Amino acid sequence: MSGYNIVGKPTPQIDSRDKVMGRARFTDDIPLHNPLHAAILRSPFASARILKVDTSRAAALPGVRGIVTGADFRRTFGVLVISKDEPAMAGNRVRYIGEPVAAVAAETAEIAAAALALIEVSYEPTEACLDPRVALKPVAEPLHPGLGRDNNLHKRVEQCYGDPDAGFAASPVVVEKRFSFASVTHAFTEPHATQVAIDGRGNLTVYSATQVPHYLHMAMAEVLEIPEHRIRVIKPHLGGGFGGKSDPFPHEMIAARLALQTNRNIRLRFSREEVFISHHGRHPTTLTMKLGYDPQQGITGIDADILIDGGAYGSFGVVTTYYNGVLLQGPYRIENLRFRSRRVYTNKPMCGAMRGHGGVNPRFAAEVLLDMALVQAGVDPCQGRIDMIHRPNTLTASEFRITSVGLKAGLEEAMRRSGWNEKYGKLPYGKGIGVACGFYISGSAAHIHRNDRPSSTVRLTIEFDGMVTVYSGAADIGQGIDTILAMMAAEVLGVGLDQVKVVVADTQLTPVDLGSYSSRVTFMAGNASRNAAIRMRRLLVAAACQLLELPPPAWEKPEPPADYFRQGRRSPDYSSDYLGPNPDYNDGFRLANGQVTHLGSGRSVPYLDAVRRALDGPGILQTHGTYRSPKLGGNYKGAAAGLSPTYSFTAFIVEVTVDPETGFVKVDKATCAHDCGTMLNPLAVRGQIEGCIHMGLGQALMEEIVHYDGAVQNAGFLEYKIPSAFEQPEVDLVPTPSDETEGPFGAKEAGEGPLAPIIPAIANAIHDAVGIRLTEVPMRPDRVLAAIRKAGAA
Amino acid sequence: MNTSNPAQPREHGVNDARVLALRVNGVLQQAIAKPGTTLLEFLREELGLTGSKRGCDLGECGCCSVLVDGRPMLACLLLAADVEGSEIRTIEGIADGEVLHPLQQAMVDEGAIQCGFCTPGMVINGVHLFERTPTPTRDEIRTCISATVCRCTGYNRIEQAFVTTAATLAAGGGKAGAQ
Repeated sequence: MSGYNIVGKPTPQIDSRDKVMGRARFTDDIPLHNPLHAAILRSPFASARILKVDTSRAAALPGVRGIVTGADFRRTFGVLVISKDEPAMAGNRVRYIGEPVAAVAAETAEIAAAALALIEVSYEPTEACLDPRVALKPVAEPLHPGLGRDNNLHKRVEQCYGDPDAGFAASPVVVEKRFSFASVTHAFTEPHATQVAIDGRGNLTVYSATQVPHYLHMAMAEVLEIPEHRIRVIKPHLGGGFGGKSDPFPHEMIAARLALQTNRNIRLRFSREEVFISHHGRHPTTLTMKLGYDPQQGITGIDADILIDGGAYGSFGVVTTYYNGVLLQGPYRIENLRFRSRRVYTNKPMCGAMRGHGGVNPRFAAEVLLDMALVQAGVDPCQGRIDMIHRPNTLTASEFRITSVGLKAGLEEAMRRSGWNEKYGKLPYGKGIGVACGFYISGSAAHIHRNDRPSSTVRLTIEFDGMVTVYSGAADIGQGIDTILAMMAAEVLGVGLDQVKVVVADTQLTPVDLGSYSSRVTFMAGNASRNAAIRMRRLLVAAACQLLELPPPAWEKPEPPADYFRQGRRSPDYSSDYLGPNPDYNDGFRLANGQVTHLGSGRSVPYLDAVRRALDGPGILQTHGTYRSPKLGGNYKGAAAGLSPTYSFTAFIVEVTVDPETGFVKVDKATCAHDCGTMLNPLAVRGQIEGCIHMGLGQALMEEIVHYDGAVQNAGFLEYKIPSAFEQPEVDLVPTPSDETEGPFGAKEAGEGPLAPIIPAIANAIHDAVGIRLTEVPMRPDRVLAAIRKAGAA
Repeated sequence: MNTSNPAQPREHGVNDARVLALRVNGVLQQAIAKPGTTLLEFLREELGLTGSKRGCDLGECGCCSVLVDGRPMLACLLLAADVEGSEIRTIEGIADGEVLHPLQQAMVDEGAIQCGFCTPGMVINGVHLFERTPTPTRDEIRTCISATVCRCTGYNRIEQAFVTTAATLAAGGGKAGAQ
């Protein structure tokens, strides 16, 4: 680490001055020429047939320029190729309260709102399916008849590895409980917004608050039935996503359709209520889990039956269904795993991907059960966990390739720093300390769209003035990927960050990046930027050799060692992008401080001279870099779920105060060991972990989407409470490095993994404090109090 | 970016529009506005000062906070017409040219900014805090921060930026009231 100029240094985001001065342009801040204002009419029924939509009175209102209804859209869409079940606008039926039914574009927002009130929709309400258990039973009219089922099951996954029953039978400790989890939502601060500019040739430029510009581009072409090349998607500054902006959305299609219909620019933005009822948050979940434990062997088996409530449409739900089961394979060794995971459709706003996607709720169950088992077995909850953490360079039951693991040392250090041994089981009644661990993917190894293209591609240029520009489709959603892209290039090319610009998330200017989800961008786009910069570095080094009259360097592609574990089991992928060993490269030159120095002779040329010499022939200095995961995993159906080139590992030790009179839980301190390999930007890593703590704390103690007859009852920040600065605990981050060799400069993800374990760590600390085991999340004061009273009565 | 266009039909009351003159960041700004125009709309739509963010339009999130005669107010809940004659300061008017207010600088340096959408609200409320209370307690800092919803940071870095700012000001660095 110490050898780096840029990597590993706490670095403010490159656009933070713009943000702090109010200059940063978010989608709704961009001034389009004379736009029409769009507004969406939404369904008041959870389930109804649409008999008629009469827009004539609205159309007659002066100032109304365009109206679209379900009849204007023939094709459904969805982020997953395997569940394109969502219409941009309801056709002959509505499936949730808030579903778009019609939309208007008018000269002013006021006229648009007035026009909505003039649209007459005749509905015939039908019986709504709101309970996920009922959704499994036969019904006359399923939400999605096209699936050919007689009930509202969306996806069912059953997998079994090893023999859990034999494991349980041989275990001294077997624990089992039923858990339930409310739905929680992203609650990002910037409401969804889309603006569409249309030019005289009918080309659309779509500014949108999206985590997935390229997916949006492709989905929009499909839904609008226009060629992809007529669309350009730009993601301006984005005010938080957390998964809530990682699908293409109906309103984006609607805005574009209105632009095509009116030949005018369109401005569309959500109210806060619309954000809540569009949701896409974490699935409400009920699950029963059984866990066996043997002090000699560790976890002897897990059996889980999981039911997740998907709401009206698919979104990422198929992946969620898998993740709920397969992400039980870590962070501990486990041979015997069986799960049945089912996602159902109900007449509620849809659920989708939210930070820690699919892994959060089962992680809670596993960590609480494990805690019970360790306590029963008389094993220290920290030490017992440490002994079971995956070893480096191993395969899990479903062949997840575990490479670097630094958590063992990290949790040991967290024990010391938190004073675990002095506190666990020894604090006065009402005070408690608890532990839980987790792991998470660094991007998915498999693509949503099956093709052989890279997951991330970066183009890199150096202009005559020496300015480096990184072109990347990666979407900065606040996590700071723009800064990481620049840091990668600056490190390799030996220039300062002020000499690197980024051009990002613009589907006309930037090569494809699949987007910001699944904790993939730092790992994948970061690698692509590093690789592009190494190619550029070679051009500069070659130019420097000319100027220094040295022989041209020979770039040899090293052969992979035969047993090179990290290159994938079945299909070693030494692609053209293997640009020297990671994290360190040694090409015999040092690029730093504006000089290109030949280490052998100590002679150097100025960076700018090398740039100009390199430009002499081609006139342009342009390279590219890519990242694509090696081929991983087995060959059976579902084998790809959860496969990632590498995994992060996390442990939390949490200290709480529980008020036995009120049931109120205060989290006093969180000690976190998060193994994200090399911390490329420690400031950003800290921010991600603290943000995960905030969001996990909210789900643990207070957040829940409340429905009544399918309507969201708390669609605002006053009703949907998230933790404030008063609830956020003191955070101690334990350095937890690991020997990661595939991530850029040895980095792994830090944005999602730290969310899941904070929640069970709080639950386990509550147990240490007052002796209760909570199985319903959020662990609201009323539930805590009821459990304390029940325990007292027993 | 006019939402109010006087050429538009009478049905929607735009003929009630009149010229409003507001002093914003030290400059007298005039624009045509309808009676119902909020201060936030006036700033964003008429003056193009988009630094104040529209996060909820309901007074819940704090991202639109501005200083009205030195007091932090929610611009989405104020009518522009009601603050005529008042001195408005927005996020665009906090730095002294390119020299950031100590709190802005601390927000940058401490990593208190992620997506940046709440940042203007945080800074506006913080500037007011430090103008009244150069050495705030932790509780005063947290109360101030709690005026704005942030979903990215967990507030730890923001709180740290406030602590750093207090130290900077105590050491005589920066000017709390710089404009």
